[in-house]
Parts: sequence; C-alpha cells; structure tokens
Amino acid sequence: MDWRRFAIIALIIVVMFGTVVLIGTSQNSPLVIITSMMATTIAVATPLTLGALSGIYCERAGVVNIGIEGMMLGAAFFGWLAAIYMNTIFHYPAMPSLIVGVIAAIITGGLFALLHAVLSITFKVDQIIGGTVINILAAGITGFLNRQLFFGAGSVFHGQIPNAPGVLPTIHIPLLADIPTVGRIFEQQPIAISAILLVIITHFVLFRTRWGLRTRAVGEHPRAADTVGINVIRMRYMNVIIGGFLAGLGGAYFTLEAISSFEANMTNGRGFIALAAMIFGNWTPFGAWTAALVFGAAQALQINLQFFRELIPPQLAVLQNSYVVGLAPYLLTMLILTGIIGKTIPPAADGKVYEK
Amino acid sequence: MTANDIVLEANEITKHFPGVLANDHVSIDLRKGEIHALLGENGAGKTTLMNILYGLYKPDSGQVVLNGKSIVIHSPKDSIEAGIGMVHQHFMLIPAFSVAENIMLGDETTHAGVLDIKAVSQRVRELSHQYGLEVDPDAKVGQLSVGAQQRVEIVKTLYRNANIIILDEPTAVLTPQETEDLFRIMRQLTARGVSIIFITHKLKEVLAVADRITVMRAGRVAGTVKPKETNEPKLASMMVGREVILTVQKQPARPKDEVLRVEDLRVLDDRDLEVIRGVSFDVRSGEIFGIAGVQGNGQTQLAEALTGLRPMKNGKVIMAGKDVSGKPPRPIIETGLAHIPEDRQRHGLVLSYSVADNMVLCNYYLEPFARGGVLQQEKVDENARRLIRDFDVRTPSPYVPTSKLSGGNQQKVIVARELSRPVKLLIASQPTRGLDVGSIEYIHKEIVAMRDRGVGVLLISAELDEIMALSDRIAVMYQGQIMDVVKANEATKESLGLLMAGIKSSETAEAAAPRP
Repeated sequence: MDWRRFAIIALIIVVMFGTVVLIGTSQNSPLVIITSMMATTIAVATPLTLGALSGIYCERAGVVNIGIEGMMLGAAFFGWLAAIYMNTIFHYPAMPSLIVGVIAAIITGGLFALLHAVLSITFKVDQIIGGTVINILAAGITGFLNRQLFFGAGSVFHGQIPNAPGVLPTIHIPLLADIPTVGRIFEQQPIAISAILLVIITHFVLFRTRWGLRTRAVGEHPRAADTVGINVIRMRYMNVIIGGFLAGLGGAYFTLEAISSFEANMTNGRGFIALAAMIFGNWTPFGAWTAALVFGAAQALQINLQFFRELIPPQLAVLQNSYVVGLAPYLLTMLILTGIIGKTIPPAADGKVYEK
Repeated sequence: MTANDIVLEANEITKHFPGVLANDHVSIDLRKGEIHALLGENGAGKTTLMNILYGLYKPDSGQVVLNGKSIVIHSPKDSIEAGIGMVHQHFMLIPAFSVAENIMLGDETTHAGVLDIKAVSQRVRELSHQYGLEVDPDAKVGQLSVGAQQRVEIVKTLYRNANIIILDEPTAVLTPQETEDLFRIMRQLTARGVSIIFITHKLKEVLAVADRITVMRAGRVAGTVKPKETNEPKLASMMVGREVILTVQKQPARPKDEVLRVEDLRVLDDRDLEVIRGVSFDVRSGEIFGIAGVQGNGQTQLAEALTGLRPMKNGKVIMAGKDVSGKPPRPIIETGLAHIPEDRQRHGLVLSYSVADNMVLCNYYLEPFARGGVLQQEKVDENARRLIRDFDVRTPSPYVPTSKLSGGNQQKVIVARELSRPVKLLIASQPTRGLDVGSIEYIHKEIVAMRDRGVGVLLISAELDEIMALSDRIAVMYQGQIMDVVKANEATKESLGLLMAGIKSSETAEAAAPRP
C-alpha cells in the first residue's frame, strides 16, 4: 500500500477515534474508550471482511459479483431459520443449533453463488444483471418467507418470534485476552475470528498456491490459461462458489453472532460496502481487510456516539442525531469510491465472459 | 539421427468453417532440427493448420503423425504432452504476473499445492543459459519489451520440454534488431535438436532463416521449396497466385506548396518524459516524406501529436497554412488531414461497428450522411458499397462488424475512409504492418496515387524497405530528434542504418534543406 493511501486511512481513523475520545473523556479514560472502540470495530467489520473476501475470489477469477449483498441476506435468513428449527422445533440445545445454522448459511451462500455462476459463466448473462437478480431474489424470498413463517395465518410460530437459540458465544483467546484493559479487543465471537483467519488464508491461497496462481490467471487472461491446459470454466465456477460460501458465513454473522433475530433487508447495503472495501484494497485480502476495518470504525463511531450521547457538547449537537451519524459508513464509502484513494487496478478480464 | 528424421507430419488435413474451406487436404512434414517456414497470405489457412496441430481445432478429416505414430490431439494439453509448443501471434502472457509465474502456469512445481517459485526460477535460468535466451524470471512481464516477451514465450515451451515449436507470425511485432535476435535464437534451438515451424508472410525472412518453405494459398499447399531454389518474386507469385510487383513503381515527385510545417515540436509520453525533443520539418504537396527509425524513437508520439491525439509541450504545427498547434482532432481533420493510425484496431476503427459505420467515422455529422442531427442510413450504406467496390474490401456485407474482417481488410476499410475524402495531407503510420504481400502492394499503390494527385504524404514506418521504396525525402528519427533529412535517391541502406543508430555523417547534411 502506498503512503498516500496509508495517510488517508490513518487520518480517517484518527479523526473518528479522536472524536469519541474527546467526547467521552469525562466518563472513561482514553485507553478504555479506544480499546472498546477497537473491539467494536473488529466485530462490526466481520461481514464487510467476509463480503470483500467473497468478492476477491469471484473477481480474481474474472467474475464480477455484485450479488454479495443478496447472498449475505439469504444466508442470514436461512441460517437463522435452520438454527431456530433445530432449537425450537427439534429441541436440540443452543450450540449444535447455532452450528447447524452457520452451516446452513454457508450452503445458502454457495447455492446463490452457483446460480450466479450458471447465469454468468454458462449462460453468459451480463454479470451485473446476474448479481442484481440475486439481490432482488434474496430480498424477495427472505421477506416473503419471514412474513409467512412467522406472522402469516397458521404459521408455525403464531406471530411469536422466538429468541432462541441466542448468539454464538465469545471465545476467550488465551494470553492475548488476558492483557489488562487492551485484552478486551481479543474477546471476539467465532465468526469474527474466522474472518481474520480467512484473510490470512486467502492471501496465502491466492499468492502462494497453484490454485491461486490459476485463479488469478483466469481472471487476468483466460485465453492464456486455456492454452496451457487450465479449465477456465471450472476454475471460475469453483471460485464463485467459494466466494458464495464466504458471503454465506458473512450472512451468518447478522443473525447468529450479532443479534438473534432476522429483519427484512437487515444486511442494509453491507454487501455493497464490502465491494467498496475490496476495490479500496485493490483486490488483495489484507488491503480489503484494512478497508473493512475503516468502515467498521465508522460504524463503531456511530455506536459509541450513541453511548456517549448526553456528553456531546451543544456545538456538536448534530452528532446527537443518530441518523446523521448513521450516514458515516455510507458517506465514507462514497468518498472513498470517488477516487481520493488513487488508482486501483482490477483483474484484466474481470467481468468479461470467456468464449473459446 | 539423420537430418531426414520426420518428427511431425500432417496428412491430408481438411477443415471447414461455416462458409469457408480453411484447410483442403493439407499435408506438411517437419524434420528434426529444421526450420520449416509456412508462408501464405492472411486467410490462406496457416493459422488454422497450426491450431489443429495445437489442439485448439479438430480437423474434419486427415491425421497428425508424431514420430511415426498417428495421434489425436483434443486439447492444448495433449499437444503439450506430445512435445509441441506454440508461440501465438498475440502472446499468451499475463502482464501482471512475473516471468516465472507465467512460465510455470499450468505446469507448476509445488509442494502440497504450495508453489515453489525458487525451483521454477532456477530452471528458467538454466534454460535461459542453455539456449541463449535472455530472460529474468523475477521481472514483471508487463514491463518487458515485445522482444523479451517473445523470449519468455519460447522459454515457456522449452520449460514444458517441447521439441517442436510453432512460431505464429513471430516477427510481426518485432523491430529489425529483435528479428535478427529471434533468428539467432531459432538457429540455436535447431542446433540443439528442436524443430521449428515458422509461420509468416514475409518473404525476406523465410529466405533468410528457413531450411524448407511450404507455401499455402486459399487453404491448399501451393508447394514446398528450398530457399536456394527460389527467390522473392517466385515465392510471392506462389503465395498470391499471380505475378506480384514487389518494387513500387512511381514517377519522380513534383512537390508544390507546403502542406505541413512543424517547428521545434516537443512532446511528452505517458510517463511525462520528453520523447520528441525539438523536431522541425516540412512536407510539400505531391511528395512523400518518409520518417525512418527504429521503433520507439518517438515516431508514435509524433504521429499522435500531429493528429491532435496527444498534447504538445512546445512548438508549432502549420497545416495547409493554418496553425493547428494544440487543436483537437476534428478541426485538424477538417483542415484536410487523412490519418492511417499505427494501431488500426485501437485508433483506426471502432471494431464493434459495421464496415459502413466505420467508413463515415470522420464525416458522419456532415451532409449528406446526417441531416439535422439524424443519420441518413441509406447514404451511409451507399457510401460503404461504393468504397467496398473501389477499394476492393473483402467483406460479406457492409453491415458486418469490422472485428470480423482480416487485418488486411480492416486496413483497407481505414484506407478507403481516409483516402476517399478530399484531403491535403496524409499521415500514414506503419500502414502495412502485419499485412500480406497482396495488401501491401495495394496500399503502396494507393499512397503513391495520392501523392500524384497532389497530396502531401508523411509516411512513418519502421520498415526501412518500405521507407526507401516510397519516399521522396527521408528523415531519420533517433531518440526523439531528426538526425538528418536526405533525398531518397541519394540514400543507401547503410547510410540510413548509421543514422538510425544515432551516428551522424556530415556529407548528407546538405540534402536537409527543403527543395524549392
């Protein structure tokens, strides 16, 4: 990452953290505030990180995927549904129910991705259209089933939305989490931790393995890959589906890790912000993760400002309005995508149908 | 091992495409350690035959015999395994990858799926040393010169243990020096037992480097000859099927008024380096002013600056008496400029547009093609049909996208569009690059005809033969400056060659002054 991009990121983070520290300083020490904000940042960045990784697998293989939003939404719903059925209908304990929920979410993401692959690779539908189809389809299906299953006449749950089986528990990372005060940062739930591990794994896979080399080759110059005997269609299918699994895990975060309920359209544009993070990170896992953390910090800012609401001085009264602060992540996305970050270079064959 | 060992044989290969018989009972054999040239015009079926040997196409009938055994090649993978490597005309390299990554792709050395770049780099260095092919395994391919990229492609085939290498039009993109270098490499490879099929349409090259020459015409083999038994005119008539006049026939020029005057022009390239460093010259109506020079000495940027495609840093350009310095392309075109750009696919045509639409790209907005902002399609089509006839463009109809035409016919579409307008100046950059003998002959004739009609021609070409055959005066560019301007009838290949290498002789200086 060049210095310019690094400077912009550092500045944005300093401004955001600084604002909260200044406002909250009468109640908590700066260290406590920064620590808590960092912990929130990592947690809320989880779906963005996973969404961005999903995009990286797809686009590095040459398939543009704007359907990540829909994949996450669908996964959030079906993962949650699976967990609830396991828990309240089949009476399994919370933990196995949640695990089944996560698996169901991952599979849902994979199935949506398969649909995208069939549309855009086999039937050569414009990839933006394919992604849009997924977004609309996911919003429709989840909205409809949510109403029918939980609120409709004769629904299983008679209008009572079950709260069970709760959310995935926090994992206590030995040593790191034992550090006084700062250890709070490492008190994270399993999907958040796996997102970070997946950043490292994806980096390794993409740049150090045969799979990664071939993936990047079909995304850069599919004909060249074809002439050396690589099956371009198969590579693209596999990577789009892997991307779907990751988006599915990102979806699970919403209903199985963050809160234990589903709302219509609850992903709220996170899939698109994830794409922005991917672009900001120049299609690299660590770059995308950094960007996801910046967006996460914007969300942490919003959460913390609400927490310190009474302490906001009257000159900054505008910050008391949660709608104004809630705009922060989206404004940041727009700002970043207008090009203040400089030039990014997508894979050369990104979005292009491969025809022999 | 004798020189007559046949390693690869294609027997009676036939291949149909919809509406075209691309290969009609084609037979060719390749001996161990020989360079077998496959010569033919565009569309003669050379590339189809090679794509069959490389497994990209399946023949309708006929067989491929490798070391005496009949084999079936379904895919490039099969052909790689059979020891056949192919260097495609458009390189199959990934610019964003390193040389080592490109070479190993599809045949990676790994430990449990993890790439062993070190081992690959080591092997690349060994091959590079063994065959005298200079490549740096750690360099990024996108930053290499065309010649270096080609060496990477050759190493890529050797890395896969190829002992038969197909080179598809390898010299089309090379400078004369790089071509020489390639020939040296080809001889080194054959000395080590590699057999080479060398596809080209350049007569001089086959005579210089091939052991045997098979000429293809319209999908058939027109004959196989040895270089010693033939010469350029004979090969050309085998290729085209009729007598071809290889030398350009023209009367002495009768230059009149100045149509282009360039004064102290300075131009920056994309990296903001000054690549045109104070160039001044003039072109008169009725003369061909040639600019010679090794590719990359600023010729591209010169043409771009003169046609308004690239901003100029300093200087003056007077076209037909009007100052057009720093003007955008349209007013320059309206002053009376015709431009045959260097990269016909990127700057000459909108590939996805039809032939008819491409033929009005310069004047679609003028009567009779547009009226009140509405395109008059019948007029556009009428114009296309006339130009297709007059300029002999081979196209199924005026409505097919130009991307479907062969390179020669694409160039004819541009030539037809540019030369059918009333112009005062023609700027032609590499007008015959990558074209076959027939098309070259045609385009040369058109350029001379333009001159005789009183148009001033600025001809920029890396082909010294072309410059010498067409020009009336020759300027030589070296590192962004004009070394000298000489009269064509006083220039020799040697004297121009020295200038192209940046060595200036004082004797030629007097010819620099423009004639009255």
